[in-house]
Amino acid sequence: MLAIRPPSTDSPRMPIGVAALDAALGGGLALAGLHEVHGAAGDAAAVTGLAARLAAGCGRPGPVLWLRDRGAADGGRLYGLGLADLGLDPARLLLVEAPDTIALLRAAAEALTCAGLACVVVESWGRAAAIDLTASRRLQLAAARVGLPCLLLRLAGEDRPSAALTRWQVAPAPSHALAADAPGWPRLALTLSRQRGGPAGQSHVLEWMHEQPVSSSAPHPRARAALSAYRAAGRQRAA
Amino acid sequence: MAANPAALAEAIAPGLPLADARARLPGLQVAPHDPAGDAACRDWLALAATRYTPMVRSHTRGLLLDITGAAHLFGGEASLVADAVTRLERLGFTAQPALAATPAAAMALAWFGGTRIEALPAQALTDDEAVLVALRRAGLKNIAAIAAQPRAAIAARFGEALLAALDALLEQAAQPLDPLVPLAPVMASRRFAQPIASEAAVLASLETLLLRVGVDLAARGEGGRAFAVQLYRADGHVARLAVETAAPTRDGPQVLRLLRERIAALADPLDPGFGYDLVTLSVPITAPLAEAQLDLAGGQLAEAEVAALVDRLVARLGRGRVRRLAATSSHIPEQAAFDLPIHAPALADWPGTCPGEPPQRPVRLFDPPQPIEVLAEVPDGPPRQFRWRRRLHRITRHEGPERIGALWWRRRDNGGLTRDYYRVEDEEGRRFWLFRHGLYGSETVQPAWFVHGLFA
Repeated sequence: MLAIRPPSTDSPRMPIGVAALDAALGGGLALAGLHEVHGAAGDAAAVTGLAARLAAGCGRPGPVLWLRDRGAADGGRLYGLGLADLGLDPARLLLVEAPDTIALLRAAAEALTCAGLACVVVESWGRAAAIDLTASRRLQLAAARVGLPCLLLRLAGEDRPSAALTRWQVAPAPSHALAADAPGWPRLALTLSRQRGGPAGQSHVLEWMHEQPVSSSAPHPRARAALSAYRAAGRQRAA
Repeated sequence: MAANPAALAEAIAPGLPLADARARLPGLQVAPHDPAGDAACRDWLALAATRYTPMVRSHTRGLLLDITGAAHLFGGEASLVADAVTRLERLGFTAQPALAATPAAAMALAWFGGTRIEALPAQALTDDEAVLVALRRAGLKNIAAIAAQPRAAIAARFGEALLAALDALLEQAAQPLDPLVPLAPVMASRRFAQPIASEAAVLASLETLLLRVGVDLAARGEGGRAFAVQLYRADGHVARLAVETAAPTRDGPQVLRLLRERIAALADPLDPGFGYDLVTLSVPITAPLAEAQLDLAGGQLAEAEVAALVDRLVARLGRGRVRRLAATSSHIPEQAAFDLPIHAPALADWPGTCPGEPPQRPVRLFDPPQPIEVLAEVPDGPPRQFRWRRRLHRITRHEGPERIGALWWRRRDNGGLTRDYYRVEDEEGRRFWLFRHGLYGSETVQPAWFVHGLFA
């Protein structure tokens, strides 16, 4: 008997928490598929923060596999206490350091055969010419087959054709100051620059307060909205 | 100094000055003494000798093999010895084999020749020239004569060491052999009449060995944490492969996949040469593993799947490249959380976070911290602007200082300088974790500034 997996439009989705964005995405970010997140080299922390929030909020149990290539050393190491502050349990994180981009892609393809993971994050720095249309299509097919979200972080990367379901551009945004002019809750400017088979080009400024502790009254992990802790600032920048 | 049989035939013996030797035989080949090279060669031979028995020891005077229970596999002691001598001859070595009940006796017989221990000369007992002279003066020339003397008298005149050596030689003291490679609790081997040369054939033979090992492990109620493969080439070379697993396993296909990854990741690929004629698989580390039954939710299945993925990544990339985050109970930021190889044990629990506040710690940390140029209104005040990686950042918001003291109780110089941390945000919304190294006035007059991390 031949079993055909339904197309990705039917795959479970993770609402971002901004009504306009979720509507454009058809209900949220597709959980089974490849999503690209672009950011400048200086905005590595904003990209990391978004990836950590998405990985924590995707509602799947199991470890988060975070793959990095050698260039990532330039951007500092992932700091567990800061990730915990963003709601991602550091104990869930598996880090893999690939010696080069080819090894990074191979390890990612290997990881996308394992349904026991919650999410696969692939962090690449610089041009990374090996991440081309073919490579991204392989990752997209593997992610769709196994039903895992795969976040491809392109830091200081090039705008190149890709088979990813969505492409995001991330930059930090000035926060709302707390008392005594202290930096406030993390805010970032999120642009949906491309979406396969859907509208794109929207920009939003997101802010997130700390998520409730994991042991809170969420009835079922899957029912918890992914970025519920994000509070849409609502202002739509140059759509 | 040593001479080979051909040189001895020309009357060139150890002790002869080199100039005299050259005069007698102009074509003489001379090589300097190379103890390290000799030892390496001996170890290489010892590894090759593990084809007969895992209990092999490399000794300065030769190789010791404990063939108890192994000889019948080769058709008896005599044919095992003949096989070993033939192989050594093929490599260009002249072997002097001897069989005895203890390692010391076997070594003495091999070294001095003969078949009876009693007939061996006194030199078999000791290298100590003074003791040898004393023995000769006492008229004790061979082992039989020495053994006939009262033990107390021998100990009194020639020392306890001689008596211990005598006991070892006369098989009166137990002498366990300390093997070169630790003995694995479970192992299996396969011998080939015709050497195999292709990788596919090697993997096929490993598959059958894994099945056999799996049966043994299941009977013991254990699984393997590490698997070692030795491929014995017909010309004496031994290739070794090893893989480790995160959880004990006796799943043959899974281990085979790891071994395949390992072979693919080898820096210098397997060189079968004329082929391998013996393949052994051993399980040096085992751990209890109960028969598993899958639960309905599939949680165990998912865990096993992740463990298998980790093993594959470790086999391909190396142990140090697959890591996890760990926390310790330290207040120094770079020591409070860091990453460790995946198999390292957990150190401490992760501290709780304060939900009512924005993140107090960065998501990315620089280790070591990166120096920056900072402009502040007053030397001990908050920073106003700073230059990092050739970019100027004007600070619009700041919070701090959070003062983090050094480990003054650990080090004599008070453990270094105090750090004052600031959470700052620049005009574009980038958030940094900066610190001033040293208290102005009391610790330093010109405190340096560093960026230690980046906030989301």
